[in-house]
Amino acid sequence: MEHAVVIRPKKRIAIDWKELKEYRELFFYFAWRDVKVRYKQTAIGILWAVLQPFIQMVVFTLFFNKAVGVQTGSEGVPYAIFSYTGLLFWNYFSQALQRSANSLVDNQSVVTKVYFPRIIPPISSTIVSLIDFGFASIIFVGLMIYFKFVPSTLGLLLLLPAILVSFLAASGPGLFLAAVNVKYRDVKQALPFLIQTGLFLTPVIYPVTAIPQQYQWLLYLNPMTGVINAMRSSFLGAGTIDWPLTMLSVGMAIVMFIGGLYYFKGREKEFADII
Amino acid sequence: MSKSVIEIKKLSKAYMIGHEQQAMAGTMTFRDSLTNLVRKPLELITGHQLKKEKFWALKDVTLNIEQGDVVGIIGRNGSGKSTLLKVLSRIVEPTKGEAVMRGRVASLLEVGTGFHPELTGRENVFFNGAILGMSRKEINAKFDEIVAFSEVEKFLDTPVKFYSSGMYVRLAFAVAAHLDPDILIVDEVLAVGDAAFQKKCLGKMKDVAGQGRTVLFVSHSMATIQSLCTRGVLMKDGKVVSQGSVQDVVEAYSGVISGTSGRFDNFQQRREGAQDISIKSIELSHNGSVQNKFDALNDVELAIKCKTRGKTNNIRLDLNLYNDVGVWIACFSGRYSFGDKGAIKVYLPDQALYQGQYSANISLLDNEVLQDFIPEAISFVIKPNNSMISGVSGVIQGLLK
Repeated sequence: MEHAVVIRPKKRIAIDWKELKEYRELFFYFAWRDVKVRYKQTAIGILWAVLQPFIQMVVFTLFFNKAVGVQTGSEGVPYAIFSYTGLLFWNYFSQALQRSANSLVDNQSVVTKVYFPRIIPPISSTIVSLIDFGFASIIFVGLMIYFKFVPSTLGLLLLLPAILVSFLAASGPGLFLAAVNVKYRDVKQALPFLIQTGLFLTPVIYPVTAIPQQYQWLLYLNPMTGVINAMRSSFLGAGTIDWPLTMLSVGMAIVMFIGGLYYFKGREKEFADII
Repeated sequence: MSKSVIEIKKLSKAYMIGHEQQAMAGTMTFRDSLTNLVRKPLELITGHQLKKEKFWALKDVTLNIEQGDVVGIIGRNGSGKSTLLKVLSRIVEPTKGEAVMRGRVASLLEVGTGFHPELTGRENVFFNGAILGMSRKEINAKFDEIVAFSEVEKFLDTPVKFYSSGMYVRLAFAVAAHLDPDILIVDEVLAVGDAAFQKKCLGKMKDVAGQGRTVLFVSHSMATIQSLCTRGVLMKDGKVVSQGSVQDVVEAYSGVISGTSGRFDNFQQRREGAQDISIKSIELSHNGSVQNKFDALNDVELAIKCKTRGKTNNIRLDLNLYNDVGVWIACFSGRYSFGDKGAIKVYLPDQALYQGQYSANISLLDNEVLQDFIPEAISFVIKPNNSMISGVSGVIQGLLK
């Protein structure tokens, strides 16, 4: 027989690529279901994905820029598009992280009744958020046209890597927290608060240069700093890309992803027992 | 030489069960919460948790199952049947031992796994199929068949939250029934739906079994097991205590259920009542021979001996009969007067009961004052009657004839 499965206590942590390939359709089924379910019985459906960041941008512009006086730090870059660039990536990151962290608990009934690679729900959650990211990008393109910005070649080249780094940065902690959440539901309570704090620790509403030069590397330990700064610089010409520090961000994203994945794989065998 | 489709070697599964007193409902005080607030994170850090006990849900299970076997797994609640299926389905990992599964496995531990109330019937068929292991191509190919089987064509584009529970179950089972595995693992899922649909499901299961596939099937219904399975496995306390032909195993199970004799005098301590009059022993018999297994065509005589203090003539005896899953079937009640001996005879009528395991509570009242109450005082088995287990007719039945 071509298909023999040996069931025994696992000692080694390994990713079964063959199995993931076999189950690849399930990644998309989970994502597809989540998208379908999310906007059922809503009047404006997927428009919410566009409306939310747009309203956030308007509020930020009125409040931080006009009232408090936060500046973009670059001549000729309006605060609206400056903050929207930050929000676009930050929202992808925070939503992907939040969905991913809750994905196992939300799929509790399935986890205890069927076998499938447990990594599928957290990873597919980050795919769902990518769809929202796509819709939110429409506003970004609109703003580019409205403020007469032309994207540089570098910007277009960096777009995919930026999305990939955001994906790694969200999936790593997402996998870690999803595994912790199985045992300690404290995650669900703590996460919204952590994400809110994260918004201020990431240069979303302010430029990196708002921080003294010698401390900027601290900000770059957060992968989203590298992503947002690179995108602003290459699309809007706001600030410059500090390559060594940007690489620090990329490195952090990779470390976070591997760390989260490793923790998740080590825990996954007990999920169905304790969820 | 062909290898067994399923080889299970010394498979064991342990659970840690905590004895956390504070967790008991209603006893959590504010002070407990405060101590927990300190203790829980401390335990987290030190990894030291109080009062944990190892419980073996499966212990050294060794089994070989050949291609085409339809194996019925039986046992009382908590005997490890479902844990075995969960380990074989790879949902939980064994603590020790190993199992080799040769072929594509589909497991059906619940009807409608992953069904989402907001999704339409059509959408749920796709998601449910995918999660049970069907590819998109397969689902597309079988979609019409699934819908026809479920009989809910008209409501296919309605969210399933508006379905009746019967429609829901029909659609869910229809998806599962069209899985095409080499090994099918089924937990007690047929106990849903109306009689006609159950019959249809059983028919489908028989088809699957007839195609040379291997089926592992857990059920509490001996009639279903007997009509469907070729082999039986009896589990008790996480161990396999008997395996072989389905007939032998079902009989062994009857033994587990009811002890070995028809005489009951060693009652458990949990008795109620004034105990001025108390039951000493109960003997079950037919035609004078004491036994605990009865033919469905025969009546059952209960000879109850009581300890009594002199004559009394207003005794009431209630016998509440339960079936193997704890459903209350009937109450037999009668009035008696005691001579000096205090003996009562009760008859359960012939041909009243179907095959299966039964148990009964007995209570004794004198002038409407409770004197003695014995929970699960007796248990007995009604043996299958050959005319009943042919086909699936044995499953579709009431509680009493």
